[in-house]
Amino acid sequence: MEAQEIYRRLEQRFPGKVNGLRADVFDPDLHVEPQAIVEACRFLRDEPDLKFEVLSDLTGLDLPKENRLQVVYHLYSYTHRHQIVLKVDLPREEPQVSTMEEVWKAANWMEREVFDLFGVIFEGHSDLRRIMLPEDWVGHPLRKDYVEQEEYDGISTQRAPLVEKLLR
Amino acid sequence: MQPFIDQLIQEGYFSALPRDLAYAGFIVLVAFAVLSFFVAPLAGITSWLERRVWGRMQSRVGPNRVGPQGILQWLADGIKNLLKEDIIPTAADKWLFALAPYIVFVGFLAAFVVIPFGGKLIVADLNIGILYLLAVTSLVVVGILMAGWSSNNKWSLLGGMRSAAQIISYEIPAGLAVLTIVLVAGTMSMQGIIQAQGWAPWDWLLFYNPFTFIAFFLYFTAALAEGNRTPFDIPEAESELVAGYVTEYSGMRFLFFFFAEWGNLYVIGAVAATLFLGGWQIPPIPALADYPVVKGILQFIVFFLKAYLWVFVAMWVRGTLPRVRVDQLMSLCWKYMVPLSFLCLLGTAAWMVLWPQGNRVASVAMFLLGSAIAVLFFKRVNYQIRHARPVLYLKPYI
Amino acid sequence: MLMSANIPAESEVFHTEDMIISMGPQHPSTHGVLRFIVRTDGEVMREAIPDVGYLHRSIEKIGEKVTWHGFVPYTDRADYLAAMFANQGFCMAAERLGGIEVTRRGEFCRVIACELNRIASHLIAVGTFGQDIGAVTPFLHALRERETINDLMEEICGARLTYNYIRIGGVGYDITSETCDRITAFLDHFEPIVDEYNRLISYNKIFVERLVHVAPITKEDAFQYNIVGPNLRACGVKWDIRRDIPYSVYPELDFDIPVGTGEKGALGDCYDRYMMRIREMEESCKIVRQCLKMLPPGPAISKVARKFKPPAGEAYVRVESSRGDMGFYVVSDGSEYPYRVRIRTGSFTAMSLVSKLSQGLMVADLIALIASLDVDAPEIDR
Repeated sequence: MEAQEIYRRLEQRFPGKVNGLRADVFDPDLHVEPQAIVEACRFLRDEPDLKFEVLSDLTGLDLPKENRLQVVYHLYSYTHRHQIVLKVDLPREEPQVSTMEEVWKAANWMEREVFDLFGVIFEGHSDLRRIMLPEDWVGHPLRKDYVEQEEYDGISTQRAPLVEKLLR
Repeated sequence: MQPFIDQLIQEGYFSALPRDLAYAGFIVLVAFAVLSFFVAPLAGITSWLERRVWGRMQSRVGPNRVGPQGILQWLADGIKNLLKEDIIPTAADKWLFALAPYIVFVGFLAAFVVIPFGGKLIVADLNIGILYLLAVTSLVVVGILMAGWSSNNKWSLLGGMRSAAQIISYEIPAGLAVLTIVLVAGTMSMQGIIQAQGWAPWDWLLFYNPFTFIAFFLYFTAALAEGNRTPFDIPEAESELVAGYVTEYSGMRFLFFFFAEWGNLYVIGAVAATLFLGGWQIPPIPALADYPVVKGILQFIVFFLKAYLWVFVAMWVRGTLPRVRVDQLMSLCWKYMVPLSFLCLLGTAAWMVLWPQGNRVASVAMFLLGSAIAVLFFKRVNYQIRHARPVLYLKPYI
Repeated sequence: MLMSANIPAESEVFHTEDMIISMGPQHPSTHGVLRFIVRTDGEVMREAIPDVGYLHRSIEKIGEKVTWHGFVPYTDRADYLAAMFANQGFCMAAERLGGIEVTRRGEFCRVIACELNRIASHLIAVGTFGQDIGAVTPFLHALRERETINDLMEEICGARLTYNYIRIGGVGYDITSETCDRITAFLDHFEPIVDEYNRLISYNKIFVERLVHVAPITKEDAFQYNIVGPNLRACGVKWDIRRDIPYSVYPELDFDIPVGTGEKGALGDCYDRYMMRIREMEESCKIVRQCLKMLPPGPAISKVARKFKPPAGEAYVRVESSRGDMGFYVVSDGSEYPYRVRIRTGSFTAMSLVSKLSQGLMVADLIALIASLDVDAPEIDR
């Protein structure tokens, strides 16, 4: 199914909640309002014509110039062999969106990773804690304005002092 | 042994000592000699042989540097381990931790007292020989549980408990298989059992009747399980429990456990050779009647080779088979091996009622059957060896 | 009488607790640096919760700091056992963004290198699987074969493990005809070895008994948790990126997709996943032979600018790696540094399923489960 068609079906079902289709790129994507994303995905998963069985990827994209954080969902359908990319725009200060865990269980760990590296809070997630980094790490590294903490557990993370110490 | 000491006392040695003390002292001395000059090198050479055999099966070489063909590797390992730091975990139970390897060691070492190396070469021919051996080798359970508990480590505890369950369960098929033989031989003394057999294969208790044939395989499998050897090496399963009950051990204590394991292999082989394969019996050559020493040496060599064959088979099995899971191990023992060993016992008892003097025809028929199975087996091995692909040497480009 | 005595119920007398063991980061048989917090009741587990992140090297953040060409060696490390696929994924994404056409010879060289790497990766997978179950011999036999593949790789691109061979626009070095002869000699030697390996361990009764009916994954679970690769095919789903979302020259090659059939137990259990890898090795041999025959003359790499600056855009490329579908989501903003590189690997989602599958298994089965899913710590943590 073409991206235009998918967009049309989504617009029909969730009027006003989807916008911004870019159909002429390799992976057509569209934007969805944060409140409606879970319902939209459930619809996309269950509707027989669309049948997006798997959540291929759930990741984040930091756009500081436009002052927003995007959460990107790549959906794929094994039956119909089509793919769609959904994007959700969130404010950079307090990014929050509902969890996709009930729709696809794969979202559990992927959302933990997005929380860990970008700082997006997923409401309703059963176990939202850091997955890659240690629990007491400060900051969210994949943001563009991330500055690494000076010290972790007493070990300096700045390179220059270490180099000076070795050269002395 | 006793007539020998009587002779020495008659000739004037030790005449001041009370007779029993002379006996006791002599036995201790012989036991010490057997331990240091036979058992220790034996366990060491077994470890070297295992590593070489294992290596060749895995398409690599194995230790071959220390000494000719690496034969002194065990000595180097022993010296290295003696020089290591003696680490006892802070939270471990110090006395039990230190004592556990020695108990395991004693458990296997005490078995050497009744192993008949030759016609007159036995430290003490107890009239409850085989029962004593089974009892003493169960002592390792205590040692292993102590090791698992005192390490203060959950993985060690799991390993220790698994091992205790395993060894205790497999005592039963092993004991029943041995009981089958004792029934036929009429005595529990090791020399007595050997003398109940002849030198020719069809006179061995292995081929006496179909039930003892099955009892042999039951005994061998159960003995492998008792010795914590693959496919039953769950307690020390490296990939599951790091090293099971020996996780916290290092240095010489660690080596003692493995020393006991390799030595135990020999005990298994020796018991199998004694009970089923005719022990040290050699064909009666009239020319040797005048040379008892040569005869003794010949008997020793025959016994050693028979026992070592089974050591080699145990190593072969270790290199080939994967590990059995704990619940499968238990169900194998209780649901299959125990009923089968009872069947062997009852069958042998019935056989002895029917043919009290033994059935020569049946023995020869079993021998032919056994040889046929062995021939088929080796043909299959030959097939596999012939079809094994050699290593590919592409001429190196660089 | 005893009947009237007040005997308390067993649960009041024997107060039992679950034992919490940490199958720690250092362990001989978790594949890489993984940690499991296992709650067990004796031998039977209640749950095994994976704790990942010990090998997190922030490759995605590094991608934003180095140039497009300079990131290719970093993709090797995303999964060092199947490095070619990661290389290819990233290069394909960059080429799609930059509108670069790969030369025909380059495509064939890529497929040869990737399929050889798939064989090497599966050899490690089945070898370590055997070792975790307790049979140590198959591991060394598998490694012996992998040594020859490593030598071939060294001839092709100079490295044995992290190749940096597939570059943006083609491949780094050409494959000479002597190397092609040596690859053919290796394949002639290797195909009977798979039979020998099967005779050694695959149909061994103890091995089969350990693996059948252990942790079967149903098709619904596989879709919910996004399980990909041989794990998905073992559940009966005939899905392979090389066939269904084809890339490179795979449409011109003739190969089968082995699918699990539950031959010795439940569909999708550990034994099926193991046999998938054995069958895939055989298929890869066929692919390499066809490629060697069809290798066209020509340049191995097309001209790409030193300072590669693709126009702004996004691309999501999937590559069928030996552990499943590796997805590369690459965002460019027109500069010579990528804006965002995201690598989505099959092992990450497979690990999230372990917690559910491990309920009710024994500790020994947990080892078999992890080995059968063929998880790889660098892939999970990146």
